[in-house]
This record gives sequence, structure tokens and C-alpha cells, in this order.
Amino acid sequence: MKFWIGAGVAVLAAGAAAAFVPYEYFFFAGYTVLMFMALATAWNILGGYAGYVNFGTPAFFGLGAYTAAVVYKAAAAPLLVQMLIAALMSGLLGLVAGLLTLRLRGIFFAIATIALTVIMQTVFIAWRYAGGATGLQLLRPPPLAPFDSYIKMLFVLMALLVVVSVALARYIERSWIGRGLRAIRDSEEAAEASGVPTLRLKVIACSVSGALMGAVGAPMPMYLSYIEPESTFNLNYAIGALASPMIGGTAHWAGPVIGAFLLSTLQQVITVTISSEMNVLVVGVLLVVFVVAAPEGILGLLKRWLRPSSK
Amino acid sequence: MGIPAELLLEAVVFGVLLGCFYAAVSIGLSVAFGLLDVPHVAHPAIMVLGSYCTWYLAGKGLDPVLAGVVLMPAFFLLGMGVYRFYFETFEKRGTEAGVRGIAFFFGLALIIEVGLIIGFGVDQRMVEAAYIGKSASLGEIQLPLRTLVTAGVAVAITLLLTLYMSKTFTGRAIKAVAQDEAALRLMGANPVRIKQWAFGIATAVAALSGAMLIVVGPVDPGLDRIYIGRTFAVVVLAGLGSMTGTLAAGLVLGISESLVLMHPDLGASWAPAVSFALLLLVLGVRPQGLFGR
Amino acid sequence: MAETVLKVSGVSKRFGGFTALSDVNLEIARGERFGLIGPNGSGKTTLINCVSGILRNDSGSILFEGEEVSRLAAYRRTRKGIARSFQVPRPFHAMTVLENLLVPTAYVLHLKDAEGEAQAMEILRGMGLADKARAHARELSQVELRKLELARAMAARPRLLISDEAMAGLSGSEVDEVLRILFDLNEKGITIIMIEHIMQAVMRFSQRVVCLDAGKIICEGTPGEIVKNPEVQRAYLGA
Repeated sequence: MKFWIGAGVAVLAAGAAAAFVPYEYFFFAGYTVLMFMALATAWNILGGYAGYVNFGTPAFFGLGAYTAAVVYKAAAAPLLVQMLIAALMSGLLGLVAGLLTLRLRGIFFAIATIALTVIMQTVFIAWRYAGGATGLQLLRPPPLAPFDSYIKMLFVLMALLVVVSVALARYIERSWIGRGLRAIRDSEEAAEASGVPTLRLKVIACSVSGALMGAVGAPMPMYLSYIEPESTFNLNYAIGALASPMIGGTAHWAGPVIGAFLLSTLQQVITVTISSEMNVLVVGVLLVVFVVAAPEGILGLLKRWLRPSSK
Repeated sequence: MGIPAELLLEAVVFGVLLGCFYAAVSIGLSVAFGLLDVPHVAHPAIMVLGSYCTWYLAGKGLDPVLAGVVLMPAFFLLGMGVYRFYFETFEKRGTEAGVRGIAFFFGLALIIEVGLIIGFGVDQRMVEAAYIGKSASLGEIQLPLRTLVTAGVAVAITLLLTLYMSKTFTGRAIKAVAQDEAALRLMGANPVRIKQWAFGIATAVAALSGAMLIVVGPVDPGLDRIYIGRTFAVVVLAGLGSMTGTLAAGLVLGISESLVLMHPDLGASWAPAVSFALLLLVLGVRPQGLFGR
Repeated sequence: MAETVLKVSGVSKRFGGFTALSDVNLEIARGERFGLIGPNGSGKTTLINCVSGILRNDSGSILFEGEEVSRLAAYRRTRKGIARSFQVPRPFHAMTVLENLLVPTAYVLHLKDAEGEAQAMEILRGMGLADKARAHARELSQVELRKLELARAMAARPRLLISDEAMAGLSGSEVDEVLRILFDLNEKGITIIMIEHIMQAVMRFSQRVVCLDAGKIICEGTPGEIVKNPEVQRAYLGA
């Protein structure tokens, strides 16, 4: 119950910001932070709960973005419809890719996900209707009432999406599915020997994770009024989605959210004040430091700090 | 088939040379990942680091291939250090290592790549040598000399490693440690030491591979991203742990890429996707590869 | 004549060029206490992996309670009634001892947590682990980890339990503890296959013993017969 109250408060806060904050930049930056919060949460369903690392976040995200763009170009579909179809497509990608590669050990799955991104990118570079290598210009429709600016509408929409992602991740985490995924992560052979249908659960996690990433990618073409392959399938999505849970904590749904919030904000600050290369360096260093020294992430550190009695 | 007949032969021959080159750059990963089971996604990044070191030494007047050889001892030590750190931090702690180990090497690759950008900039770097820029003729076909050099180095390294693994005690211990650590312990050998040594060798080979990389063409810090696909495709297609398989798999990749490159409708933008598509194909159809254990 | 619980016929398994199992035939009756011995590398764990489903046998058939299971995924075989413990304990280390058992109660018995907990606690009491129910795996001693392996296997309410070297490295009294647990389980009607190196444990426990060497069965009989068999002695002491 507390969770839903908190979620409601968060959405109301986003709405209030849209109503009262005058700086457009706040919404652009906020949209990016919210996007990474949702991506990290989605990533963690397979990566944190089940222990299978996905380097291919850009593939799912990008497929969602392009699906939305194509659906809009072909039928002027409203944004929510775009998101639903995008989620479906990326979920399908997760299903198929999962069935093919989740039978194998984690590292093979991880490498296969790199391949997915390259292949997706190659496909959309080649597809003229979607703009090919040069990209596609899109004309935005006016924002829906009561929003007076499109970016404010997208901001609130992404806040809602974060809530949906977190709610879904939380449900999975606390359910019998979550227990099965944790068993898989801790010892896949013992899980299988204990009656857990490991392949089925992994594929479910992969599909759900992919679908969410696709939904997060869907508003991108409207956000930019433009879509092109190189930025859509950018490595930064892979880095952010992976590093945020690793830094924030993978065992609990709050970890990716905290990690993404901190990391994304830090990234914006560094990119603006120093350079975008330094930003990637900082993320890389933080990732290595946390993975080595604080395996349970920020959440783990907080737990130990607040409850030093636990062994 | 799309490719005119005269070009087909040239494509295949070029593919063979390219394939030997791919085998050369993949053989380090064959040891590190294929034999030792380390999720070493930073291997291509270390290779590119080797390329830049080669560029630096070549700037001082050293022949690039020689530079690669000169770098090997330093990289050997680097490799031993990295493995030791990886082992103490991850493998020792048990199964939890899976995700964190992969994330660690991913972070390492990022750090190396960005470090290179910060240190050398994003522009491409090249080296010069007597054999770069010239071609030999085999009948109607032009064979770039530099690809002959790298093919030669590839075959030499594969041969040396295969001999090492079958004739020397340490070499055979490396092969054994992949299959049965317990038996090795009973023999009195320390598996961790052996794995550390093997990883050092793999990293030293990566230095030489990096030198080959910059001999074959210009390098930039982001090159490791394409080579992740190529090296893993070769190692997986070969079958984990097979040295000679690496050569065969390299040839398959090289010829496939060369054919795509020469195809009038496809060309250079499709070439990077070939290795990744091949990788997915192998993983989906025959994950143990051609010669896998 | 007791009903046959497990029938292994003509099972072979190869890894590349290496033959791990070659034409293995076994028949185990319900309620039997069955011992499987053999030197290191003889294929005992491979055989167990083929029976439990972690590996697929290349040829031959495996009948559990009359049903062919060799094409089934491992988790399905557990749901049919075959359970195993692992040689090197593999606890779900991020979970408590109790939560470890809740995995099979949820996935094999399909019980909600409340009922699953009740059953799990009963099993833990039987093993002497009840006071460690809220502990994590890293806090357990070696013998407690072995007991957890058996407890988790038992939480699936199997009719066939395979114990893979549960006593390796334990002290004399710890071996007795584990042995008592296995005897108790057998008295409740569970068929048990014990893989062990500790000869005195195998001989005390088993009604019948089979000896494996280089993937082949070289001898089958009562403990007394096995111990005297020259083939077995040679296999253990080397050629």
C-alpha cells in the first residue's frame, strides 16, 4: 500500500512540475533522467533478478523508437498506440532472442545481445521507409490537453512509464516468478533440479524487459521530431541501463531507480561542465569500483550503514 | 551470385588473408575465454591499446611488427595482473561472480576506450612500413603485402601456441586446467598460477594482435566495438579452446566478410554485421562450434 | 517382487572424443538402498546427471516408474519425483535456509508460501537444521550445507533421491549424522541412490552396490560381494 501511495505522489509531483516549473530545460533533462530510470528498471528484471547481462538495451530501445516512428508515419497513430505496438515489437524481439540464446551460459547471451544491436542498426540503416542512414523527420501533433508544451507532456508520460516499470518489476520481484529468477541467478543447475522451469522464466524476464525498453524508446521520435540510426542505437543506452543497477543495487527495485537518478544527473553535469568523454570515463570507473568494492550497490551500503547489526 | 567471376577469386583470396588476420587477433581470446572461461569482453579493447602502443613505438622508428613483439612482455605482466585481480575479486567469491565479472570487464573496456580518446583523440592513427601500401601480384590478383605479413604472423602464432600447448609442461597444464582442475591439483600444479600464466600469454598475444591491427589499417579508439563481434564470432565458431579451430573459423569469417564486401549491392556498411550475424547463427545452431569440447 | 522405480538401459554419453558412459544398465527397486561407487572420473556424476536431466544421454533409455524420461528437461523430472543433491553444495546463497526450501515447495509441489513454510520447517526439523532456518548459506558449516542440499532435495517430496557424495570431507560423527538422515528417509519409503567414496558408509547403507569404472559397470552385488571383487580392487588401486 505504501508503494502505491508513493507512486501516486511521484506522478502528482511530475504533474505539478509540468504545471508550475517555467524552465524548459528542466523537462528535457528530467525526461532523460526518467528515461534511464525506466530503462535501468527494465534491465534489472533480467540482469539483476535472473543474473543474465544484456548489452543490447539499444536494440530493444531502438526497435521501440523506430516502431513508433514507422507507425506514426504510416497511420498517424496517437502516442499511446505507438507505445503499445513498440512494446509488443520489442517484447517479441526479447522472446525470439531469448528462446535462441538463453539456453546458453550467461556470457554467450551477453555477447549475443551485442550482436542484436548491430543487426538492428544495420536493418534500420538499410530500410528506406524508416529513413535509412540519413533518418526521418517527423511533424509532431499538438500536445494533448491540459498540457501547453509537448515536452511537458512527454515528461509526465515518462514519469508514468517509470511508475509502470517499477510496479511491474516490484510485482515480479515479490512473486513466485521472482523467487525462481533468484534461484536461477544463484545456481541455475540447482534451480532446475528444484523444479524451476529455468528457460521459460528467463524468456519471460527477457520479453518483459525488452517490452518495457521498447515502450521507453517509443516517445523518442516525438521528443526529437526526428529519428536516425546512430543516435537511436547509441551505446550510452547500454551503458546507462547496465551501470545504474550495478551501482544502485540489483536485488531490489529501488536500486536501478536510485542508481539511474544519481548516474544520469551526474552524467548531465559532467557532460556540460567537462566533456562527454570524461563522462563515459567516470561511469566506467564508478562501475568498476562498485562492482569490485560494493557488490550490493548503494542500497547495500545504505543497508549496512543503517543496520550495522545485520551480519 | 551477384559477384562477377573474376572478382570472386580475388574476393576469396583476400578473404583467406583477412581470415588469417582475424584468426591472429582472436587467438588471444581463444585462450582467455575459450580455455580459461573468463568473460573477457575487454580483450578487443586491450588489443586496440596494443595498437596505440605500437603506433607510439612506430613513431620512434620501430617496425610495427617488431614493436608488437617488444610490447609482449609488458602486456604479459599486465595480463597476469588483471587475471589475479579478477580471480581474487570474483571467481573466488563463487557463483555471484557471473554478472559482476562481465560488468567488470565491460567497465574496463570503457575505461580503456575513453582513456585512448582522452589521450590520443578520436582521429584515426596509422603506421608506415615497407610492406604497407604495396601489393604483390598473383596472376591477375593483387595481394596487399601487409595482409600477407599479418597472415604470416597469424599462422606463426597459431603454430607456436599449438606446439606450446602440446609439448611443454606448462602448456599442457593450461590445456588440462580447462578440463579438470581437480586432477591438476593432484598433480601438484597450482591451477590459479597456471590460469594466471595463460591469461598473461593471451594478453601478450593481444599486444601482437594490436600491432597487426594497425598494420592492416588505421585504428581509432572505437575499433574494439567491431572487433568484439569478430573475435567472439571466431572463438565461438571455432569451439571453445581449440587453437587450430581458431584458424579455420577465422577463414570462414574472413571469406564471408570479403564476399559481402565485394558484393555490389551490399558493400562496406554491411561488413561489420557479418561477424555478428555469424555469431548469432553459430550460437543458435551449433553453440559448441566446429571443434568444441 | 518389488516394483522397479528406475530402469537405466544401454545409456551412453560422450563429450567430444571422450566416452564418459558406455552401455550402462541398472535396475533399482522401490524402497531400495542402492550404492554407486567407482574411482574418480569413472562416470558416476555423469550418470546421475543423465538420470536427473542436467545432461542428455546420447543413447539408451531411462525409465522412471515405467515412464521414459530421457527426453524430459531436468525440472520436469524433478516434478515427476526424482530429486538429487549436488556433490559440491549449491545453495541459493542470497536466500535463507528456509527460503531455499521454498523454491521446490513452490515449483514442484505448487504450494503457497504459508503451507510451503510449514512443510519446509518439518523437513528442517528432521535434519536438525530448524534453528538455522533464518540463516544464510554463508553462515553454515560444511555438514550443515550438505544437510541443506538433502533438505532441499527432500522438499520436492521425491520418490527417488540421489545423494551425490554428501559425506565427502566430513568427520566420522558427521558422516553418522548424514547416514542416519538417509536411513530415516528410506524408512519412510524413499528409494535412495548413494554415490560415495567413503566405503564404510556405502557398505553400511547399501543393500546393493554397483561399481563403475571408465564409464562401464564392472561389478554389481551386495556390499560383501563388491568388496571382495578383484576388478573393484584393481579399479581403486590402479592397474
